[in-house]
Amino acid sequence: MYKHRGFALPFIIMIIIGTLVPLCSIVFYGFTDDTGNFTIENFLAMFSEEHIKALIFSVLLALISTFICLILAYPLGLILRKSKLGKSGFVIFIFVLPMWMNFLLRTMAWQVILERNGLLDHFCQFLNIPFVEIINTPFAVVLGMVYDFLPFMILPIYNVLKSMDEGLIEASYDLGAGKFTTLRKVILPLSVPGIISGITMVFVPSLTTFVISNMLGGGKINLIGNIIEQEFTVSANWNLGSGLSFVMMILIVVSMVIFTKLDEDGEVNLL
Amino acid sequence: MAKELIRLDNLTKSFGDNTVLKGLSLSVHENEFITLLGPSGCGKTTTLRIIGGFEKPDEGRVFFEGKDITDLEPNHRHINTVFQKYALFPHMNVEQNIAFGLKVSKKSDEYIKEKINYALKLVNLEGYEKRNINSLSGGQQQRIAMARAIVNEPKVLLLDEPLGALDLKLRQEMEYELIRLKNELGITFIYVTHDQEEALTMSDKVVVMNEGVIQQMGTPEEIYNEPQNAFVADFIGDSNIIDGFMIHDKLVNICGVDFPCVDSGFGENKAVDVVIRPEDVELGKPGKGQLDGEVIHNVFIGVHYEMEVMAGDYEWLVQSTTSHPVGEKVSIKVKADNIQIMHKPQSKDEEALDLDV
Ligand SMILES: Nc1ncnc2c1ncn2[C@@H]1O[C@H](COP(=O)(O)OP(=O)(O)OP(=O)(O)O)[C@@H](O)[C@H]1O
Ligand SMILES: [Mg+2]
Repeated sequence: MYKHRGFALPFIIMIIIGTLVPLCSIVFYGFTDDTGNFTIENFLAMFSEEHIKALIFSVLLALISTFICLILAYPLGLILRKSKLGKSGFVIFIFVLPMWMNFLLRTMAWQVILERNGLLDHFCQFLNIPFVEIINTPFAVVLGMVYDFLPFMILPIYNVLKSMDEGLIEASYDLGAGKFTTLRKVILPLSVPGIISGITMVFVPSLTTFVISNMLGGGKINLIGNIIEQEFTVSANWNLGSGLSFVMMILIVVSMVIFTKLDEDGEVNLL
Repeated sequence: MAKELIRLDNLTKSFGDNTVLKGLSLSVHENEFITLLGPSGCGKTTTLRIIGGFEKPDEGRVFFEGKDITDLEPNHRHINTVFQKYALFPHMNVEQNIAFGLKVSKKSDEYIKEKINYALKLVNLEGYEKRNINSLSGGQQQRIAMARAIVNEPKVLLLDEPLGALDLKLRQEMEYELIRLKNELGITFIYVTHDQEEALTMSDKVVVMNEGVIQQMGTPEEIYNEPQNAFVADFIGDSNIIDGFMIHDKLVNICGVDFPCVDSGFGENKAVDVVIRPEDVELGKPGKGQLDGEVIHNVFIGVHYEMEVMAGDYEWLVQSTTSHPVGEKVSIKVKADNIQIMHKPQSKDEEALDLDV
């Protein structure tokens, strides 16, 4: 092992520049006020009414988006697992394709679709129904989140379902279980790892996004991400911004640890 | 004869343009240990999967106790399978695996507990209830797979090369275990293997298959002693398969010498295949037998010596407990009832099959 230590150097440099330095700066700014004196005000600020409200709202929207992604992705995975089309990977390719487009562009596209005089408006006029105005509402934000992050749910779930041993499913039928029992007792428990990583990969970016809420919320939807972003850009209060980000980071890490722990115990309970 | 339990009626099955089963018919009786034997890829697993309901035949029907079950889902069949790769659920422990089928059929907790104890005792794995599947050896997993299947008291147990992954000693132990299980449980076993020894040891009836066609069906003794064609003769142990022709009933000419035999009804001056088992070839002093030759090869393979004797332009495979060194001149003698006469394969196609093996 020691002989190959040299190869790790680029990664160590990357970790230092990309992770440790920013992290230290955040901690440093977080613990100081604008005159450079030590304070914990910036952290406590998270628990002000305004911020807590934004946080709860963010968590709520992120949970809803994650849930919608899950109930879209799982059945899709189940269907694709069986079909020839799914095995070839082509359908997955189609679903994942948007991921290769710029994130901002994708979100902007939804803006163009949803806004007044946008595609949806024209479509409503064509059908002679009143304009379904969802732009600048939480619905639009959730829609944006689901659209942007769905591939991150589909991929891990599809992978775990695709690589599942068909023999286990046949064994379940063989022992008298029907389709539903097999799904509940065999397929679902065995796909928990994919579900977990899907949930993590959708929930975390949904929780911290500010781009989607900016573009599709029209400035009316204030998520915790927006507040932090504004502290950095508009108010130029790096100290508060850092303090809030740091608290968010800790919240996310802690909840992920609890979540995966729950799963480890839950895997047994699921039976 | 016991009641007919399963009847396969003229099954055909293709995957793409690969025809795997070509009109296979078979009936299985109650409490029978029947073995499908054949080389890799001959369609054994496919046949078993059709009986289990995991595969639908293109043509032909499957009957179970007289009822057509061809289109019945696997979970509605009174049949359980021990899969070629065990297919134990990795997210459950031993106990949960065994209980799976019983839970599905909503048996009481007490009944399930009793059954688990009984099954673990049966497969000699008491005390393994809480063990993780991945912590078991191949042989133990195999026995758990068996336990998981039999607790459901199926009428038929399908076993797909369940001993394939085991070492020789464990395999032999398991063979006896299986026979004991079958006798104790009184259920019908349909067993798949490509190991002829396994088939001969355990079965009441052996079905020799090749390329999706049944070559011969019968008791192990019939299959071994009276192979109906060169494929069967060759597949069931080493054999001398020699070109010959029938002089008339009960007299066959091999290597230019007339041998008395016990078969008749092959016509006169008809070309035939003659099968002689290596252990049935008796060696003696030159001139004292039916045919003279010379030992050209000799290896000791445990129980006996295996020799090759060049005689009458044919290399005779001979097994004997007495050794004859290479170069020794010997004579060959074969008793009449150890000579098995078979028809020559009819078509080129069939001949090609024979050469494959
Ligand atoms: N699902 C499938 N799709 C395509 N071809 C298949 C499928 N299942 C089996 N085959 C083909 O059918 C033929 C017979 O397969 P089968 O599994 O029945 O053989 P087997 O006698 O069990 O052989 P083995 O002793 O190696 O297990 C093989 O040529 C195999 O490639
Ligand atoms: Mg097989």
